[in-house]
Amino acid sequence: MKLSESFAMAVRSILSSKMRTFLTMLGIIIGIASVMVIVGLGNGMQNYMEEMFQSMGTNTLTVSLFGRGSNRSAGEEEMYEIVAENSQYLSQVSPTVSIQGAVKIGAETSDYTSVTGVSEDYFHMMGYTVSQGRGLQYIDVEKRLNVCVVGEYVNHTYYDGNAVGQLIRIGSQQYAIVGVMTQESDTLEERTTDDSVFLPYSSAAARLEGGEPTSYLVTLTDERYAAQGKAAVEDALYDIYGSDSAYYVMSMTEILDLMTDMLNVMITILAAIAAISLVVGGIGIMNIMLVSVTERTREIGIRKALGAKERTILLQFVIEAATTSAIGGVIGIAVGYGLSSLATMLVVALLETSMAVTPSADSIAMAFGVSAAIGVLFGYLPAKKAAQLNPIDALRYE
Amino acid sequence: MEPLIVFDHVCKFYQMGEETVRAADEISFTIGKGEFVAIVGRSGSGKSTCMNIIGCLDVPTSGKYLLQGRDVGQMDKNELAETRNHLLGFIFQQYNLLPKLSVMENVEVPLMYAGVPKAERRRRAEEVLEKVGLADKKRHRPNQLSGGQQQRVSIARALAGDPAVILADEPTGALDSRTSRDVLAMLQQLHREGRTVVLITHDNSIAITAPRIIRLEDGKVVYDGPARGKGALVTHEEVAV
Repeated sequence: MKLSESFAMAVRSILSSKMRTFLTMLGIIIGIASVMVIVGLGNGMQNYMEEMFQSMGTNTLTVSLFGRGSNRSAGEEEMYEIVAENSQYLSQVSPTVSIQGAVKIGAETSDYTSVTGVSEDYFHMMGYTVSQGRGLQYIDVEKRLNVCVVGEYVNHTYYDGNAVGQLIRIGSQQYAIVGVMTQESDTLEERTTDDSVFLPYSSAAARLEGGEPTSYLVTLTDERYAAQGKAAVEDALYDIYGSDSAYYVMSMTEILDLMTDMLNVMITILAAIAAISLVVGGIGIMNIMLVSVTERTREIGIRKALGAKERTILLQFVIEAATTSAIGGVIGIAVGYGLSSLATMLVVALLETSMAVTPSADSIAMAFGVSAAIGVLFGYLPAKKAAQLNPIDALRYE
Repeated sequence: MEPLIVFDHVCKFYQMGEETVRAADEISFTIGKGEFVAIVGRSGSGKSTCMNIIGCLDVPTSGKYLLQGRDVGQMDKNELAETRNHLLGFIFQQYNLLPKLSVMENVEVPLMYAGVPKAERRRRAEEVLEKVGLADKKRHRPNQLSGGQQQRVSIARALAGDPAVILADEPTGALDSRTSRDVLAMLQQLHREGRTVVLITHDNSIAITAPRIIRLEDGKVVYDGPARGKGALVTHEEVAV
């Protein structure tokens, strides 16, 4: 007897009691759908995180210097040297000096505008461009000029789009606006990159106590070199300070990897919990198949009398269980898809982020395989029972 | 006459608690190719055991059963299934049709297990349905047919595989007397066509359809001879009544 015929027979038998079949499948449907949604949610979160980190720059290192427990200290020159010496991993460096203090435009005060002192390379490193006027230049840094570049939010909100040539007050100092940065965010809002002011780091640092920048942004030649670049900077700083508590080098890629690992562990645990319902579904299939074997004892006896071998009967019931389970799997995948889109809509509506719950093709293929395998696994015992029925007893069964 | 079924001191014992039931006790007979034989006996006489052994549904405890020269007692489960499929055509009292399949599909079942391709199966099923006069009902479900028609379907199913032996177990047990006569006439017709037919019944009036009768009592053969012979149809108990 051909496999295709066994399969056709299984489908007929399944279709002959639709309600029961559906209820049998329900466990599998719920199991598969929930695993899919959870894995999809995990994928969505991971994509969202990656995008976020991408916008912050995954090819950068942030170096913080504390200088504690040491009488030597590293300054801009040492940092530039470190980068130059490790040019296979590191490409550019810029000090980043954060200034606390009110930003005033005429009589108005902008509370959340961030003020950062950077080098002339910073815009290039971050991928920022200038839409009006000019960017910061070497001469601005060298001469500690009181000039600045403002973000589009500042330009738009306080200067009606004509900020170049105007003045801005930061703390007690006036700065001349020489350029406007091209808009970065989708919408102009407070506290975004567009709500910021960039000064030459030299003039910013002059306002600090030590007079030296303590924080640097270093770009990598390639994202892949995050670990090597970080190690190179750390080694060089250790040589200067002789202590590893005097500095801290943070790699975005490393943090992303760490977070991805944590997320994966969490998703795996959740998916495993959801997978328990698959096992429960499998037991449901086994239960119904056992009932079905008892109900069909006579049919099995007739088939055996007409020449069906044990293997044939075994195959018939295993295929029936596997088909039931696999159809449940397909419905589960469809339901999972539906719930994923629903979850995406909910996340977008409630959290106002553009996170998409995306079930991966792998997880779908696996879900289908697992559901069919559950059918075979849990269908085997009832099928074995059917196959081993004594034909005489089976024929006599009422 | 070429021997087809040979029972050589066939015994079948069952253990019922402490007691050993001797369902078949040293039964010996030979049925030749093309014979029409009725095995008669009251319930408990051992005729069902006989029928199960002839039908390769069961094997003897001791003694030999040769079917077409092959020792059935030595066969494993797969060989028994194959033998049932190739050499035996069953007709049951309760028809035993599969209720979810159409008439046509029911007839095709033994052919399917024999691995006959679909087109050939169709052709042969139609042929035997034609023979039993049910070609026009091939798409019906068994429960849409009368008892007589259902039994004819099961005769068609028994014939489909072109078996060596037609084994009819109380084929008229569930039918009224008129349809019973039709079914018996059909068995006689099969006999005339040269088929070997074994009829198992408790009913003397049915048994006389067959030219030769084997009468069983308490697991033993008490008569084996022509239907007209003395002692073929009456038992001691019946005489006493």
